[in-house]
Amino acid sequence: MRFAVIQFGGSNCDYDVHYVISEIFGVDCDLLWYKDGLPRNYDAIIIPGGFSYGDYLRAGAIAARTPVMTEIIEHARVGRLVLGICNGAQILAESGLVPGIFTINRYPKFICRWVNLRVENADTPFTRAYSEGQVIRIPIAHKEGRYVAPEDTLKTLEATGRVSFRFCTPGGDLLPDANPNGSANHITGVLNSQGNVMAMMPHPERASEEVLGSSDGKGIIASIIRHVEEKG
Amino acid sequence: MKFLVKITISLKEGMLDPEATAIRHALANLGFETEELRSAKVFFIRLDAESEGAARELATGMCERLLANPVIHSYEIEVLR
Repeated sequence: MRFAVIQFGGSNCDYDVHYVISEIFGVDCDLLWYKDGLPRNYDAIIIPGGFSYGDYLRAGAIAARTPVMTEIIEHARVGRLVLGICNGAQILAESGLVPGIFTINRYPKFICRWVNLRVENADTPFTRAYSEGQVIRIPIAHKEGRYVAPEDTLKTLEATGRVSFRFCTPGGDLLPDANPNGSANHITGVLNSQGNVMAMMPHPERASEEVLGSSDGKGIIASIIRHVEEKG
Repeated sequence: MKFLVKITISLKEGMLDPEATAIRHALANLGFETEELRSAKVFFIRLDAESEGAARELATGMCERLLANPVIHSYEIEVLR
């Protein structure tokens, strides 16, 4: 099993994600500079957080149009896993790998704080270590994280289990105050139609050890590992 | 032929524009009463094309593939000269 973490100019969570995979889970993980492309096949590719291209034009817009993304789209097409975290989620949305867009927060400022997420679908390669309805604590850090999608797209996502995480209260309720950036239907984790690509704004790598205040985020990488192992 | 193309990227009708709201509030603090304020991004692009139509077509391609995101944006193209 081998993971890859893609580094764009401006990525800044690349080493954190690499640390969680290689040190906490002891799984092989390559850090790949985006200009070098994919040297081999990977079981899972992670696009980490940061500010690729300084968030110019729109967060993720320019990274989404680099040649390595063409390779990542092909990697996803054949069923391998892709996870985008924060800026990585914005890149996945801009590249069309997941529908919708993560755009400027309802209150237009950078928000960096712990939030509660309700696991909406625990039957995905990224969430199987959790149970449906479980509330997990993971931080967010973004200015452009408000999920927006056309009404019919939202209906399809809701009807087909493609919403993985929603902002909620500690008790799991969807009160307006628990939606920090004004995302549609509180959505902050979304899957593609095949279910092998997930984009999420919160940072699971920042909540992967108790010393950081929570290890709830570990479940994402644990889920991917279990999925890949069982698939063989 | 050389053309100068002006591309305006705006939010679609009904899309939340938090920056515009904040700017409108700031103007109100300075005593400027406004009924509406919308923001847009403008690009001026100089390019070479066979005709005005071809220049417009190139600009459309730029909007569709990068400059606008169809989920939230609409765009307007003017070929200036």
